[in-house]
Amino acid sequence: MSDHTHDHDDHGHDHPHDHGSPAAVMTARVNALIGALETRGVATDADVTTVIERFLAAAGPSNGARIVARAWVDPAYRALLLDDATAAIAALGLDMSHWAPVALRAVENTEQVHNIVVCTLCSCYPIALLGPAPQWYKSEAYRSRVVREPRAVLREFGVVVPDDRDVRVWDSTAELRYLVLPRRPPGTAGWDEDRLAATITRDALVGAAEPIA
Amino acid sequence: MKFSVGEAVQTSGRDPVHHYRVPRYLRAKRGRIEAVHAAFPLADARAAGDPAPPVETLYTVAFAGDDVWPGGAEPNTVYHAELWESYLHPLETAP
Repeated sequence: MSDHTHDHDDHGHDHPHDHGSPAAVMTARVNALIGALETRGVATDADVTTVIERFLAAAGPSNGARIVARAWVDPAYRALLLDDATAAIAALGLDMSHWAPVALRAVENTEQVHNIVVCTLCSCYPIALLGPAPQWYKSEAYRSRVVREPRAVLREFGVVVPDDRDVRVWDSTAELRYLVLPRRPPGTAGWDEDRLAATITRDALVGAAEPIA
Repeated sequence: MKFSVGEAVQTSGRDPVHHYRVPRYLRAKRGRIEAVHAAFPLADARAAGDPAPPVETLYTVAFAGDDVWPGGAEPNTVYHAELWESYLHPLETAP
């Protein structure tokens, strides 16, 4: 049995192993679980790796960027996305119900509202649409601060939200996952979807950045 | 479905020893139903290994920042959490 962690969204693979750290504890648990599956003939370590790699190969922020770019150019698609995001991503051939019966909700940034996503209880994140969550998203500092002082946290990300613009914080405490529909950047009139999608970064899709043309 | 969009609710102040999805800072706080979702198996029971967990309606509840952190919230901030029905009381009858 190999000793990789299956926590590909966490950190580099060559970090020093601190055996008391939460990551080391999780690695030990995952290895014990895989060992039990192998012993019982349910699945091999290689099977688990294959499933994860197949999933991650199709999971990345380009999916989220495609969804947003389509919503920017197609008002009917934008309306569907805001009304029933799960149906809207299915219309683009995307699906996020791989391992759990979660529903997607898209929340729209406007002149009056800025949205920011968090999971305070753990690190829930729409991996199928955005790829693995960045380390900062899973940090205790982000999770505990952004619910209480979102503007201060956003300023540290370089996003300035004035006091008179509402901030809506969305905490993924249960079965919903969130995608932020950012504002279309100025100066992009006439751009096609591919060019628009290139303005949208991973962090913009959870509200921690603005798209830049 | 017990609650409707716009209805005022209060989260339970319970502090159970088992898995529970009401963040500690949201206990016994006043909010408003922002959205009504489908019914999902209750995470508390699932985490305990219950093979037939109760299925409850899930709600998005909106909380004004000042109602969660009185005097300590930023202005014009609304915090949202997803909470199962048994985590909520109608505001009038909240203990």
